[in-house]
Amino acid sequence: MNAEVRAIKTPAEQALTSAFEAARAALPGKGGVAALRDEAFKRFDAKGLPHRRVEEWKYTDLRALMRDALPLAAPPDAAAKAKAKDAGKIFGNLACRRLVFVDGAFVTELSDLTPEPGLTIGSMADALAKGDPLVASHVGKVFETDDAAVALNTALMGDGAVVHVAAGTVVERPIHLVFASGETPSAAFIRSLIVVGKGAQAIIAESHENNVSQVNCALEMVIGDGAHVDYYKATQTRGLHVASLLLTVGAKALFNTFALNSDASLVRNQSFVRFAGEDSTGGLRGVNLLRGKDHVDTTMLIEHAAGHCSSREQFKSVLDDQSHNVFQGKIVVKPHAQKTDTKMMTRALLLSDEAEADNKPELEIFADDVVCGHGATAGALDPNLKFYLMSRGIDDKQAEALLIQAFIGETIEEVAHEDFCDALMTAALSWLETRA
Amino acid sequence: MSLLEIKNLHVEVEDKKILNGLNLTIEKGQVAAIMGPNGSGKSTLSYVLAGKDAYNITEGDILLDGESILELAPDERAAKGIFLAFQYPVEVPGVATMTFLRTALNAQRKLRGEGEYSTPDFIKLVRETSAKLGVSQEHLRRAVNVGFSGGEKKRNEILQMAILQPRLAILDETDSGLDIDALKTVSEGVNRLRSPERSMIVITHYQRLLNYIVPDVVHVMSKGRVVKSGGKELALELEAKGYAQYTDEAA
Repeated sequence: MNAEVRAIKTPAEQALTSAFEAARAALPGKGGVAALRDEAFKRFDAKGLPHRRVEEWKYTDLRALMRDALPLAAPPDAAAKAKAKDAGKIFGNLACRRLVFVDGAFVTELSDLTPEPGLTIGSMADALAKGDPLVASHVGKVFETDDAAVALNTALMGDGAVVHVAAGTVVERPIHLVFASGETPSAAFIRSLIVVGKGAQAIIAESHENNVSQVNCALEMVIGDGAHVDYYKATQTRGLHVASLLLTVGAKALFNTFALNSDASLVRNQSFVRFAGEDSTGGLRGVNLLRGKDHVDTTMLIEHAAGHCSSREQFKSVLDDQSHNVFQGKIVVKPHAQKTDTKMMTRALLLSDEAEADNKPELEIFADDVVCGHGATAGALDPNLKFYLMSRGIDDKQAEALLIQAFIGETIEEVAHEDFCDALMTAALSWLETRA
Repeated sequence: MSLLEIKNLHVEVEDKKILNGLNLTIEKGQVAAIMGPNGSGKSTLSYVLAGKDAYNITEGDILLDGESILELAPDERAAKGIFLAFQYPVEVPGVATMTFLRTALNAQRKLRGEGEYSTPDFIKLVRETSAKLGVSQEHLRRAVNVGFSGGEKKRNEILQMAILQPRLAILDETDSGLDIDALKTVSEGVNRLRSPERSMIVITHYQRLLNYIVPDVVHVMSKGRVVKSGGKELALELEAKGYAQYTDEAA
């Protein structure tokens, strides 16, 4: 018998099935898009919510954690829109082009749509409904995966951003995708697409905050040959946040990503990255600051499909109370991807005996001329360092704060863009200041 | 009143007795050398004075200005003027030397109810002090002690001492790992800080350092207590005869 054994559906899974059936006809996009949704839902339905026996989700058992599925968000009302005006404070002092989304829906009146040569900005819902060719040729195709959370997103995708930077265009002003929420707890399935053309440059920032909702967001990104992209994501949420980055990188390209999770209750940040062209360089970094019962899971699959590329992954977490941090990083080097150079490092700083850090670096190397390294540590603050600082007159809390700051600072300072580096450090320091 | 009085101090580490009824008095402005063989408890004494935990004080007391400091945390002791120049200064990655110095100085001043240093005044203070000790601006920009040579670390300790202006400085084997030139620079730095308002405990295994930092008194430690005290000539006698007579006496 080789029929898949399938557990009885949980209330959340049942609710998701009904939500899909009820919304199916009204979701944006007909024809090919509708078929894509149906096929994706079938895939999700066969697997159900990811759980601990799915290796990639081992430490974040979504089936157990998601007791229920909230109803799909209604279009935002005036109050929700008014509240969203102040959202995205973390990058608020930077002169960004703000694109504001409330409960997943693009709010044009709060967004800066000033035309700029070579830059096209639109709503995903509109693009899906109109059968936009850029969306039709990319959505669901940038990095194909059978991940259940991505499948669920594809089935139910509502709105999001569609950004196209034409070849050779340098977009000076960072584009800030501001995700805010209304007062009513709801579910949002956000899908965005960012295509950066050959030799183009862009800085993308994304913030999620004060959200009690369930957010499943997926961002598909294509970085063209010789393009340069920086991508910063900050998540502060009391709801459930499942984010997928699906990224394909061309040749001679350069990209850096940085994710900050602070005061985030339940986050899964998963990245699927493919180096598809030679001589590209990528950096994936992040800092997670956890306390209470916060649970943050950073999982990534980095696929080196072309040779002569280098990637650096560096993730740090600071854990207080009963919090739980997960890092899973898998680097796959394909047989012909010679001269691949990767280095992955993950470090957890445990401030409490009850906190838990799981670090799982993995390498799968099929080429014979590569340099791949990884390291993982988990430990407490060094009492000798603390004593040294205190012996100079610095009190207990301040000594710890200095050492924690130094620990995460090492990673944050890798952010080359000075303003973003400062903004991320400021956010991290404010978390430290509110430490009891 | 004496600045420091250590009375009948008994200290254990992991149930092992290290200090065994130690008595020691340091007067204001006095430079006292403490000499003794390895394992006599010299470094333990320095850590206990600075307030490192993991040391279990089973008996006795330490009085600064006549008041017990046993209950004070290391930072509170620092604010009262105790400074330990470490035998092995630790590297603190990610904490810039300037930030560290400034945080320490202002934290101490705050605990003492004094105002904070302004940025220009602080920079001027550090610049002048570091120039005298041959600590480069490049070192000040780096993280505390990271990538410093042994000599540079020791110089950095004396720089901190010069900036924090303690009333009681404990120099734990400041000469270890120093070549003759570095020893001279560090000793000159220490000698510049000698004043009637500042006492020093110079812990050393060898007499060599005391040619440069000439003590007022010399105490010999063995098996966790002071077994002999005398003038600076006692150091020369030790150099000639070795520690054997004291270890035997105490046995």
